[in-house]
Amino acid sequence: MPESLPPFLIFYVVALLALPARGILRAGLMLLAPVLGAWCVWQAPEGSHGVLQVLEFELTLHRVDRLATLFGYLFNLAAFIAFVYALHVRDRVEQTASILYAGSALGAVYAGDLITLFLFWEMLALTSVFLVWARRTDRAYRSGMRYLIIQILSGLLLLGGVIAHAATGNSLAFDYIGLESVASWLILLAFGIKCAFPFMHNWLTDAYPESTPTGTVFLSAFTTKVAVYALARAFPGTELLVYVGATMATFPIFFAVIENDLRRVLAYSLINQVGFMVVGIGIGTALAINGAVSHAFNDVIFKGLLFMSMGAVLYRTGKINGSELGGLYKTMPKTTVLCIVGAASISAFPLFSGFVSKSMVMSAALANDFHIVWLLLLFASAGVFHHAGIKIPYFAFFAHDSGIRTQEAPTNMLVAMSLAAALCITIGVFPDFLYRLLPYDTGYNPYDATHVLAQTQLLFFSALAFAWLNLRGMYPPELPSTNLDADWLYRRLAPSVIGLTASRVARWDTEMRASGRLVLVRAAQLVNRHHSPGGFLARTWSTGSAVFWVVAILAIYLLLFAVGDGMALR
Amino acid sequence: MKDEKTYFFDRPENVRRLLRVFYGACIVLAALDFVIHRHVYHPWENLWLFYPIYGFVGCVLLVLVAKWMRTFLMRDESYYEDLERSRTDALGDSRDA
Repeated sequence: MPESLPPFLIFYVVALLALPARGILRAGLMLLAPVLGAWCVWQAPEGSHGVLQVLEFELTLHRVDRLATLFGYLFNLAAFIAFVYALHVRDRVEQTASILYAGSALGAVYAGDLITLFLFWEMLALTSVFLVWARRTDRAYRSGMRYLIIQILSGLLLLGGVIAHAATGNSLAFDYIGLESVASWLILLAFGIKCAFPFMHNWLTDAYPESTPTGTVFLSAFTTKVAVYALARAFPGTELLVYVGATMATFPIFFAVIENDLRRVLAYSLINQVGFMVVGIGIGTALAINGAVSHAFNDVIFKGLLFMSMGAVLYRTGKINGSELGGLYKTMPKTTVLCIVGAASISAFPLFSGFVSKSMVMSAALANDFHIVWLLLLFASAGVFHHAGIKIPYFAFFAHDSGIRTQEAPTNMLVAMSLAAALCITIGVFPDFLYRLLPYDTGYNPYDATHVLAQTQLLFFSALAFAWLNLRGMYPPELPSTNLDADWLYRRLAPSVIGLTASRVARWDTEMRASGRLVLVRAAQLVNRHHSPGGFLARTWSTGSAVFWVVAILAIYLLLFAVGDGMALR
Repeated sequence: MKDEKTYFFDRPENVRRLLRVFYGACIVLAALDFVIHRHVYHPWENLWLFYPIYGFVGCVLLVLVAKWMRTFLMRDESYYEDLERSRTDALGDSRDA
């Protein structure tokens, strides 16, 4: 059945083949995987293929429909761009992990049942953590550990949810689930962790900036988008998601404004963009779902482009903090221009890709009377321009001259970034390329005068605010710092509560042992005193006194017997 | 290692020129509000200059609030590392004892 080869299989086989290969052969193999993968996506007929019978379960490895096909193309495209970007890498662990990671994302997208989904869900966690560890610093190691624990937790919740879901007589098919039972809440929670819902988002802002320049590009593309895909499939139209998504779109922009590590700024803006997608899924109409998944498509590319440009900066200068950078446009002009294209796309400037997808979610929010959510999203749109659109290029490439003189990014990085930038502009100018792949046909047209003018006004006056604040010296300077977020709860509060409890318990334990020992010592002393020569029990007793005691005991016995008997008679 | 070359934004007049073009664009965009008839979905969109004002005020508020958040959220760069180190040190001490 060659016409229905699941794309993940290609990646897994290539990972195996590339392991002993080296140099050009390995690079060629890695680039071949997404090309073959895309071909698989293109020619796979709709329906369920690759059905396996394992014990009494029927696993569907390759379920093809419009939604899966869209993400199938997306992940192959993202993998191809990221492989080009990472062509200079000579790290077997990182390369193997990246191929397996991309393959696992494809596996999850084509999973037709919840067990298969769970398997790839865990594979995503296991493979991606090596991309964090590939940085080979103590910080990255610890961060990767926290990342892995949280990702595995998500997997366990999913497994628990799936078991409970099946136990209540539901089918194991990976389709609409909806929020009805405890099982579905568990599944939503599992998706929510990977999707970086508020309070479950810090694994992302913690681990992504600690990975290698190339590793972060892979990380930003897959995990959260698989979660968005899973939500779109299982929970469309769940109103709760509208509010969760609106929160995700707004709160990270505050953190992004004061964050110093520019890749962490991008991590916060990743959550902000996923927020727009989650709102779209929550609204659940055809237009909203189209908006959510097309925004996921565009986000992978423009966020990848931004992470690639910052990766190039880190690769060339060894620095990524806004407080240490500046003036790099002088020596990295091509990276600067490419970064600005990514910035314009994420900010949803007309003619750039973000505009044609984000506007669908906004229109859907208005059309379905989520007015406050619409205002929040509008604020988030302005804010995203502020921190990702202006702050990233401004502090890295312009601002005050840091005095760093470096060289342009390596050719392979420039090629990868140019590919992504070309896609951003192509999709922005000809949105029909993307719209044709969407699950629904809504006939939506983003380019009407009202909409273009409104968005341009919003963005220009956001930029005006930035310019004004900067010229007045009111803009917060980039400072080397750590900003507390929800991870404080498990990195600071929980360990100290546990530490405090443990020390209390330890003290109590010591006291108990000490008093126990004292009792034993006292008892030993007592026994010693009475049994030692001259002690009460060691004395020689006369026969007469012994007889007296025997008689006394007999008397007591008789008395007790009589009393017992008397009571029985009564 | 002095860089002898002068780059575009090293000249203040270039920065001024760029800003002037930008201000001009803002004025034109604001003026277009009175020219282009827009079809609206939300009553607030009828207000004059709704989008420019919302964008400007929103961003100023965003920055000021974020700046204020620094007063209680900002810690030293090595905040968590120091915590982890003191914790492993304490563990080491108790093992030594």
